[in-house]
Amino acid sequence: MTQSVLGELRGTHPPAPVGAPVTVEGRSPWQLAWARLRADRVAMVSGAVIVLIIIGALAAPLFSALVGHGPNEQFRDTGLTPAGLPRPPSHTFWLGTDDLGRDLLVRVLYGARISLFAGVLASVIAVSIGVVIGLTAGYLGGLADTVLSRLVDVVLSFPFLLFAIALVAIVGPSLAISVGVIAFFSWASIARVVRGQALSIKEKEYVEAARSLGARDVRIMFVDVLPNLLAPVIVYTTLLIPAAIAFEATLSFLGLGVLPPTATWGNMLSESVQYYKVAWWFVIFPGVALLVTTLAFNLLGDGIRDALDPRAGRAQHR
Amino acid sequence: MTAPPSAVGPAGAAGADADVLLDVDGLVKHFPVRGTGRLGSTRVHAVDGVSLRLRRGETLGLVGETGCGKSTLARCVTRLHDLTAGRVVFDGTDISRLSRRRLRPYRRQMQMIFQDPYGSLNPRRRVGSIIGDPFAIHGVAGGTERRRRVRELMERVGLNPEHYNRFPAEFSGGQRQRIGVARALALQPGLVVCDEPVSALDVSIQAQIINLLADLQDDFELTYLFISHDLSVIRHVSDRIAVMYLGQIVEIGPTDSVLNHPRHPYTAALLSAVPVPDPERAEERQRIILTGDVPSPVNPPAGCRFHLRCPKAQTRCASGMPDLAPAPGDAPGHPVACFFPLGDGEELTGRPAGVSAEGGER
Repeated sequence: MTQSVLGELRGTHPPAPVGAPVTVEGRSPWQLAWARLRADRVAMVSGAVIVLIIIGALAAPLFSALVGHGPNEQFRDTGLTPAGLPRPPSHTFWLGTDDLGRDLLVRVLYGARISLFAGVLASVIAVSIGVVIGLTAGYLGGLADTVLSRLVDVVLSFPFLLFAIALVAIVGPSLAISVGVIAFFSWASIARVVRGQALSIKEKEYVEAARSLGARDVRIMFVDVLPNLLAPVIVYTTLLIPAAIAFEATLSFLGLGVLPPTATWGNMLSESVQYYKVAWWFVIFPGVALLVTTLAFNLLGDGIRDALDPRAGRAQHR
Repeated sequence: MTAPPSAVGPAGAAGADADVLLDVDGLVKHFPVRGTGRLGSTRVHAVDGVSLRLRRGETLGLVGETGCGKSTLARCVTRLHDLTAGRVVFDGTDISRLSRRRLRPYRRQMQMIFQDPYGSLNPRRRVGSIIGDPFAIHGVAGGTERRRRVRELMERVGLNPEHYNRFPAEFSGGQRQRIGVARALALQPGLVVCDEPVSALDVSIQAQIINLLADLQDDFELTYLFISHDLSVIRHVSDRIAVMYLGQIVEIGPTDSVLNHPRHPYTAALLSAVPVPDPERAEERQRIILTGDVPSPVNPPAGCRFHLRCPKAQTRCASGMPDLAPAPGDAPGHPVACFFPLGDGEELTGRPAGVSAEGGER
């Protein structure tokens, strides 16, 4: 992987024209990857969608104040039909209302806050743990590798849902528990990827050079090895975020995550299942929000992978 | 060039001579081979009992075929590999058993220049930070001081200091090797181990790097252990030459002496394989063609390791291992490991190689 990135750099870097001004600024591997990402329209659209979702999530309180509908405010007169059913999208409630007469749009926006927060935080925690453990196992090898790799195996073979249900039964559902559970079940696969990469990178001559200079293991791991496996780590992180968002929604849907009345997409979907025959908007909008978010992150992750490892990308797609 | 007063005798009195910077004594490095049969331990005998000494300021050229253990020897000397047996005495201190922590101060004084100018530089780091690595690792200079010294080094090795923030991929092979040289010289080491520093480069670039290394040796009073499989490079840079075959040194001595009066049949064969840049002389020249392949270092032949391919081999060669000692009438500084060393002008061409079958490997 590193080798192919390197090869690509060698290949695409234009030779400096004769007599060119010396002020030509060298482009880093990251800048080159960014240039390739910019040219990927799917990735750029996905990125724009993600930015919109983030803006929406951040602006949720602002929007709530603007329309005068709180996220948990129940409008029993205007928000429900005389029969007590949710109202369809209208002038007042742009995406309709839910079974308690709450503004669905405001709740979807508030739900985005929880989803993004849980997804990103759980991914960051999982990636940090995974990178440190994978790097240690791969670089140090020997006993450390054996112990850590078995630990990874154990975590990967854990029954996720059973564990989550049992844990929540003991400590009770909360956002923190959700994030913890998601992170706990996500780091192991990253650790595996990182370990494999570290195994190959530690045989490179520049690692040997660092050792001959007298660098300590920790320095070599983080200064020499880590930058060379950052590419797969970044790809993995962007692909982990949508998985974590879906995880969180699943936990909420099952009542194991964030508790009602807090708006999360999982909660909303769970409440809507009884009303799908009479109020399609109640199911569709939280569902679409979840789908669009995870899809955008996944497509962006694919784009980033292609940008960082152009050879593998082109061989498959074009 | 410096003439060795009493070069490679028994290394027992090592460390006494203040002029000796590096004293390698009976160095052995075996690698275990995994997955080839369960019974017994299969080992690659990469280096099998090498002793040599480097005096301050000299260049010792180490030649030998690919796979003869040159690079392993270099990595044992710099303690990138742990030794199986033997001693490495650097500047009077036995460093062969030091822990990694206690070894660190010696790492400053022993640097390595690597063969592959692409593989030996981290592609994700800027050149300035790569060359500044030794300063950072040993806490010698920081901040602007480090920057200044790195720029100085870059200028000294013929790089443009303005390229401080570039990445290795933006440099040519020769320039990259200059980066490697700058990194090795940053802490002004006493010993620089050059592991085939030019063999990955174009011939025109090779000369530049070799001249650079020679200039730097004068300026910084460096001692080089210079490894190459290219005799013409070795001839150019070395004060003394050591010839390696299958993990052992078969001949060692002053450059002129080894090249003009080779005593070991293997040295003679190597020399006869050097291309002659003159078609007429090349026509006349008789090449010694060695038959067979280099025996596997997993199971090296008994006796002299060269006897299976040697035109002069006799039964004795298959059983006993010759010591490294001067041939009769030779200076003590030019020992050879052969029972039947060549005389001056002795012809080796056309003779069949090897002893008869009874002396074969088992």
